[in-house]
Amino acid sequence: MSSTQRDNGSANSTEAKKTDPRVNEKKCSWASYMTNSPTMIVMIGLPARGKTYMSKKLTRYLNWIGVPTKVFNLGVYRREAVRAYKSYDFFRHDNEEAMKIRKQCALVALQDVKAYLTEEGGQIAVFDATNTTRERRDLIQDFVKENAFKVFFVESVCDDPEVIAANILEVKVSSPDYPERHRERVMDDFLKRIECYKLLYWDLSFIKVINVGQRFLVNRVQDYIQSKIVYYLMNIHVHSHSIYLCRHGESKHNVEGRIGGDSELSPRGKQFAHALRGFIDEHKLSDLKVWTSQLRRTIQTAEELGVPYEQWKILNEIDAGVCEEMTYEMIQETFPEEFALRDQDKYHYRYPGGESYQDLVQRLEPVIMELERQGNVLVICHQAVMRCLLAYFLDKGAEDLPYMKCPLHTILKLTPVAYGCKVEMFYLNVEAVNTHRDRPLGKIPKDSTLIHRRNSYTPLSSHDQVKRPRLYSAGNQPWLPLAPTPSALMPEERQSQVSEINSMSTLY
Amino acid sequence: MKHRSTSEQHHGKKPRVPAAAAATSTSPQDGMEDKAATNPRELTQNPLKKIWMPYKNGLPEKHICQRKVCMTNCPTLIVTVGLPARGKTYISKKLTRYLNWIGVPTREFNVGQYRREFVKIYKSFEFFRPDNEEGLKIRRKCASAALNDVREYLTEDGGQVAVFDATNTTRERRETILEFAEQNGFKVFFVESVCEDPDVIQENIVQVKLDSPDYTNCNTEEAVEDFMKRIKCYENSYETLDEILDRDLSYIKIMDVGQRYLVNRVLDHIQSRIVYYLMNIHITPRSIYLCRHGESELNVKGRIGGDSGLTIRGKEFAKKLSHFIQEQNISDLKVWTSQMKRTIQTAEALNVPYEQWKVLNEIDAGVCEELMYEEIQRNYPLEFALRDQDKYRYRYPKGESYEDLVQRLEPVIMELERQENVLVICHQAVLRCLLAYFLDKTAEELPYLKCPLHTVLKLTPVAYGCKVESISLNVDAVNTHRERPANVNVQRTAEDALQTVPPHL
Repeated sequence: MSSTQRDNGSANSTEAKKTDPRVNEKKCSWASYMTNSPTMIVMIGLPARGKTYMSKKLTRYLNWIGVPTKVFNLGVYRREAVRAYKSYDFFRHDNEEAMKIRKQCALVALQDVKAYLTEEGGQIAVFDATNTTRERRDLIQDFVKENAFKVFFVESVCDDPEVIAANILEVKVSSPDYPERHRERVMDDFLKRIECYKLLYWDLSFIKVINVGQRFLVNRVQDYIQSKIVYYLMNIHVHSHSIYLCRHGESKHNVEGRIGGDSELSPRGKQFAHALRGFIDEHKLSDLKVWTSQLRRTIQTAEELGVPYEQWKILNEIDAGVCEEMTYEMIQETFPEEFALRDQDKYHYRYPGGESYQDLVQRLEPVIMELERQGNVLVICHQAVMRCLLAYFLDKGAEDLPYMKCPLHTILKLTPVAYGCKVEMFYLNVEAVNTHRDRPLGKIPKDSTLIHRRNSYTPLSSHDQVKRPRLYSAGNQPWLPLAPTPSALMPEERQSQVSEINSMSTLY
Repeated sequence: MKHRSTSEQHHGKKPRVPAAAAATSTSPQDGMEDKAATNPRELTQNPLKKIWMPYKNGLPEKHICQRKVCMTNCPTLIVTVGLPARGKTYISKKLTRYLNWIGVPTREFNVGQYRREFVKIYKSFEFFRPDNEEGLKIRRKCASAALNDVREYLTEDGGQVAVFDATNTTRERRETILEFAEQNGFKVFFVESVCEDPDVIQENIVQVKLDSPDYTNCNTEEAVEDFMKRIKCYENSYETLDEILDRDLSYIKIMDVGQRYLVNRVLDHIQSRIVYYLMNIHITPRSIYLCRHGESELNVKGRIGGDSGLTIRGKEFAKKLSHFIQEQNISDLKVWTSQMKRTIQTAEALNVPYEQWKVLNEIDAGVCEELMYEEIQRNYPLEFALRDQDKYRYRYPKGESYEDLVQRLEPVIMELERQENVLVICHQAVLRCLLAYFLDKTAEELPYLKCPLHTVLKLTPVAYGCKVESISLNVDAVNTHRERPANVNVQRTAEDALQTVPPHL
């Protein structure tokens, strides 16, 4: 086991070990990679080939499925080292001073990679730079060998001039390297920069992405995580599209304060469905796909729209097991311990005989993969499900995910933009109950021994799985701080235009 | 896999939807928009699969979409490309098995088969010589016949994917196929296998070609020699898929048995799944061991589901399993369990690291969890009958169906393909689903596969299929296998319903 697996041992652990077979969980299904060596993903490619786009997106995906991943962008290090960037002269090979600085930056970045993968609980480090010279790649190879990391190269090659040009315009013009917004000069400068790099690649474990995903060359995939990375990269695209997420209309159970179940829409819920239809017509969405779960309330909502829709069982709401159809008061009364446990760690907490948010994420992965493949999609789902999907798009970690605000009768429109996601919120003016339960007030005394629920009917506790903190890719600061702030704890009253979830991942 | 007939919902079931009074179930395509808005179609729940569907005039609408893997209306034609002995048929059969298992009706069409039917007796490689006019004519005829059958399968027989397994080594032949596909509205996806490793080719020939009907009267040496000459006949005219010339085609080129892949223009979901599958399979020899947990407390009481611990006999099985594994002397064995107590307890006895997969958990019996069959019959006689009518598609109320299980288990299958030696300790329904994948069982057969307790199934890939050995570890256990009773009518008596229930405490 790596040094980061700490011994969650209280004095009771050996006792518990004897009675509970689940204590000895060595690895969990998601985390079989965790006992394998960490992996360094090395991006290769000329500027404006989409490396940073792929790095950030891949990192977001891997973190979402539970693989701690972080991007190390050399440009960021370089900018720190060289405050005033003069011009493309910096990148010329005959500029010795500059070469020294760039090498130094690479070394510093690699040291950070090492710290992340060996001490900070990271599993994958994405090294985002051009890495086009043999010398640089030798440096990397030596580094990974020394530290017993696996290495996987992701190369982006583009020979479609239109794509390159569009790429430059959208991203680089807003980069800190170009304080002057003079477009033409910027373009010119940038293209000159491109010519300074050489084109030298050779065979290792890699995927070569050609012309933004039109073609792929894949070589020597070593393991499970590399295979998932390849699959993911092969499914993403850069065509503009929008994803609309909303919940079903208000349901009868919602009105009664009950969780789960399979109830019908309330009259207000039906009104929302009607309003949703208007919304779709208004927005003139071409070729819109509509997805629902297999629970009645989402299907009823979709029926209103008068368009074909697809039912996905995996979009069903989180299974609350023995707590299904209870109100929070009833749960508090009948299972006070469970209730408390859930507040301690809402992401990992699994209802007895039910699921956890973590299980939900695993369940929803094919939905995310298909959303990446598709064009315009409207997903009519449920509160917990919507939180998980939203967390993927907005790069929210385990701490924040279960508390994201997803009110009824509100549509979120997500549009990928440069390196992030633009969020627009549309409240359709049909009143509904509030089903959001805020993070509990004050500091919850966190047990050093994490208590997890297994799929068990007689509640057991086990000291198992290390909870790895979600780490954010560099440059992508979370809008909400990791610890609950007073504002986050305020009882939710406002339906503000600038909602808390309207946090744009900061554009690079 | 079509929906059951709609007549089921009239079988005296207690209504889940409040009686749709004068519901003017208007079709959404109605011009009267406002009316449609305030009178959305009523929903009814299909009693077998528990799917909510809109209904009109008392009958469910047919066009309701349940998420299937293949959402396009466009059938797909997969075309293999490659010299003989490059694994095309191996890939075709495996891919077909996988697609059928995940619910995509698929069939393979092997041109060699057509040729064998036409030319009853194979003489020698001379048949394949490029200057053999007679041979060429026959081969072209066979390809056409096969394509005809493809058309029938995809347009009339409900097929969704057809795998056209032949060498297809010339651009000309592939052009013919592309024309054929365009005429019929099929999408085409090429799968090319390129390999120059003589050891691999040799092994290939030994494993599958020697047993071919073509070589029944030859000894090994003769057969190999003839086959090598056969390959030579294709080599000169071989036009591999080219990055430039074929840039508009959708294809995957598999090089050196999966060391490298070139993937071009993946068009849709099903092609993306096919690529992912092909990139995860390998041909390294290995064995997969499947077994259930040791006998559990609920097993002996005749109760289904739940999360109970092992009985004494169950624990004994676990011990014997440990010995068995050691005796087998398997290198680098991975052990997987579910997240239920009984499989974990079993694995614990092995004293090796193991991985817990939640998706390996037993089928969720919903409201019937922890009940005995007798209780299910007493409390839910209709459900019990529906299950016997279509055990694969039947979903327990608030639970799952075998069909759901298969979807849930797909990542396990994918990972089993990637891995080498694995022991999976799971549950009855789960084991049936996994076994059905390896042994190519249909949806009808799957739920009745015999998977007794305290028995290990050892699967070893061999030629185009899977060899299976059933090893009983000689520890007594209850029988949990319930055969399909003769009477599956919803009006049947309790006695008829419970006829096949295995004995329990």
